[in-house]
Amino acid sequence: MHRRLLFVVLATLLASLLAVSAAAAQDPITLRITWYNDGTEGEALRAALDGFEAANPGITVSIEDIGYADPNIYHSTIQSQVEAGSPPDLARVNNVSLFIGNYLDLSTLSANPEYWLESFSPSVLDSLRSGPEDSGVYGFPLQFTITAPFINRTLFEQAQVAVPSDSNDAVTWDEWTAAAQQVAEATGTPWAIAYEPRGQRFWGFSISEGGQWFNEEGNFTVDTPGFRTAAEKLVSWTQNGLSDPQIWANLADGPRIAREQFIAGQVVFLYSGSFAVGGLAAGIGETFDWSAVPNPSGPGGSTGSPGGSLLVGFQGTQHPEAVAALMDYLVQEDVLGQFSIASSFLPGHLGLAEAGLDYTANAEILQALSAEIPKINEQAYKLQYSQFAFTYNRPIDGRLAQVIAGELSLDDAIAAIQKDVDDAIANVNAG
Amino acid sequence: MTTIPATKVIPYRTNREPGFLARMLEHLMHPVDEIIIPLQRALGTRRMAYFFVLPNLLIFGIFILLPMALNFYYSFTGSTALQPSERPWVGTDNFSRLLNCGDYGNPVTCDEDIFWRAVWNTGGFVFFQVSGMIVFALVTALALNRQIKGRGFFRSVFFYPVLLSPVVVGLIWKWILQRDGVLNAGIVALGGEQMNFLVDPNWSRFWVIVVSIWAQMGFYTLILLAGLQSIPHEYYEAAHIDGADTWNRFRFVTFPLLMPTMLVVVVLSLIRAVQVFDQAFALTGGGPGTATTYIVQYIYNTGFTSTSREAGLAAAASVVLGGALLILTVAQLKLGRRTEANH
Repeated sequence: MHRRLLFVVLATLLASLLAVSAAAAQDPITLRITWYNDGTEGEALRAALDGFEAANPGITVSIEDIGYADPNIYHSTIQSQVEAGSPPDLARVNNVSLFIGNYLDLSTLSANPEYWLESFSPSVLDSLRSGPEDSGVYGFPLQFTITAPFINRTLFEQAQVAVPSDSNDAVTWDEWTAAAQQVAEATGTPWAIAYEPRGQRFWGFSISEGGQWFNEEGNFTVDTPGFRTAAEKLVSWTQNGLSDPQIWANLADGPRIAREQFIAGQVVFLYSGSFAVGGLAAGIGETFDWSAVPNPSGPGGSTGSPGGSLLVGFQGTQHPEAVAALMDYLVQEDVLGQFSIASSFLPGHLGLAEAGLDYTANAEILQALSAEIPKINEQAYKLQYSQFAFTYNRPIDGRLAQVIAGELSLDDAIAAIQKDVDDAIANVNAG
Repeated sequence: MTTIPATKVIPYRTNREPGFLARMLEHLMHPVDEIIIPLQRALGTRRMAYFFVLPNLLIFGIFILLPMALNFYYSFTGSTALQPSERPWVGTDNFSRLLNCGDYGNPVTCDEDIFWRAVWNTGGFVFFQVSGMIVFALVTALALNRQIKGRGFFRSVFFYPVLLSPVVVGLIWKWILQRDGVLNAGIVALGGEQMNFLVDPNWSRFWVIVVSIWAQMGFYTLILLAGLQSIPHEYYEAAHIDGADTWNRFRFVTFPLLMPTMLVVVVLSLIRAVQVFDQAFALTGGGPGTATTYIVQYIYNTGFTSTSREAGLAAAASVVLGGALLILTVAQLKLGRRTEANH
């Protein structure tokens, strides 16, 4: 009797377990990607995800766009989720050092890990690894970015001023400033120059002016003649009425205001980067003719600042196989190529970069920006791919904004930037 | 060990036949009684109070006391780690860094210059905002206390901004004040020149104060209005018979009798002004430069938006701010008691 009862109980339990497992197996998987948009890449990603969902019934992928008004707020939102043990399945990140140790290793989950190693720059893959002994594959670059200037060509034509870079490969910042001012005055354009208030945008400018960001011991240093020259020029533009002080008054809004002014034809020369092409193109449409021009030259050469965001998976995901399947799908040349074309992004995929992409829109602008990549100064790479990349660039815009507002002298600002960076590194190392 | 006598439970009695709802309630409450009655027997009637406040105490403990204690602990630790166990003890280093200054009047000489800029900005904001708030709230309350047409409507109008979210207020005023905003459009339409309301440091400070007064004045107006209405009318009649004009009636009747209410308004608005953040942040982002960066924004920036996420330093600044608020609160309590005693 007891045996029969035990058998019935066990059979019922087994049946329930099987039923639950079957139900679980049929449960659709939803993957969550934490995301931000610079331009139209969100729509491009959605199109790629639709393709993945069609090929993988039962898996849906949602994009959670949490905005990017402040890079630290964006990343700290993800960080709090990671530390609370409920990270997103995937995320778009650019401060990659923040999450090292928490990324999902795709080298054992991917259907073709060798493809990853062949397709992406070792330095980019390394930036996600915890050290030389770590050979994991954790994510891929969604794009390669470079900072560069854009000009409103229609205004140059209206002002009958020749575009300096059309006849000269090495136009200095002073020459561009003079030309932009001339155009603004001739056309009644409110502003000659808009410079996006981000420390990272300032690296290329200062290096071009001869700035040396690392001393002989390899330590971060600010007070060099090149930095001073670049900073003095930047401050003078606002003080002399060439740049809108609004851009530097509220740093969170600054890049948006600068781009909106360019789109509205209120500024002649915008210093931004390849990441802004999609948004600018969508805003400008056919209103006027615009183009990307080479980074201005100086004693330190002509260089922009490199960068780019990566798509990574997180260890804490409930669906590692699905994440790996999605990543494998997205890194395929045709999918990533289509994404780059639709987003007007420069590809971070080596094969695509070598073969070149047939951009259907903004082709000339993207080609001009691609031509800037080989000119990138080694210092700029070192700053961008350092563990302290964000620590270095963060105080620069805040302190220069104080100089523009008249709160600090440039000397005080330079001392303050150095102290901010040193204190921040000491705090990081304290852990 | 003291034995607590069993409490005599008095059953609910009524002369009326209980209705359907009452019977339902009785059935529902029966299982509760099964728990409460033995518990009351065990604890005693007086200690049952602790049982009833326990849920609230737990919420207060978890969401207020525990974070306060953690914040205090964080202020003595360093590094970027968020888990308390992973944060090394640094003693009073954060406080030293925060408070070390060559000349407190010149933030550039301070280790944490932005903190001291924020302290001075907050001091200026508190002085002008509280003074302005009290003057405008008092004038508005006096006007609304008169027998004017549409008094109820005007009371609602002045109170309405209090109901708005501070971020919404900040954004609305930003659209009004930015260079291409509504106010500049009006100025240009009248033949004037565009003004840099949110770019010039002094204009920015001015507008943060104005917007803050606009958004909060209704609340304090209401408190003062209640104070005004509690003044017996006979006093005004007596003053009128004695030949007191309007100014003297205000000076010798209204003002002295409104003082207790005024004190409450002063202390409440002071405490709130010291905590200024969300509205100002939405309006100016703390700029231009750091012209409208206040202490709470400094704490937020240091702990959350700085790349090195110096939670220890931010926690130390919170402790300093908490100390200032504690002094203001104690002052409020003492003033309140003294005023009650004088009354």
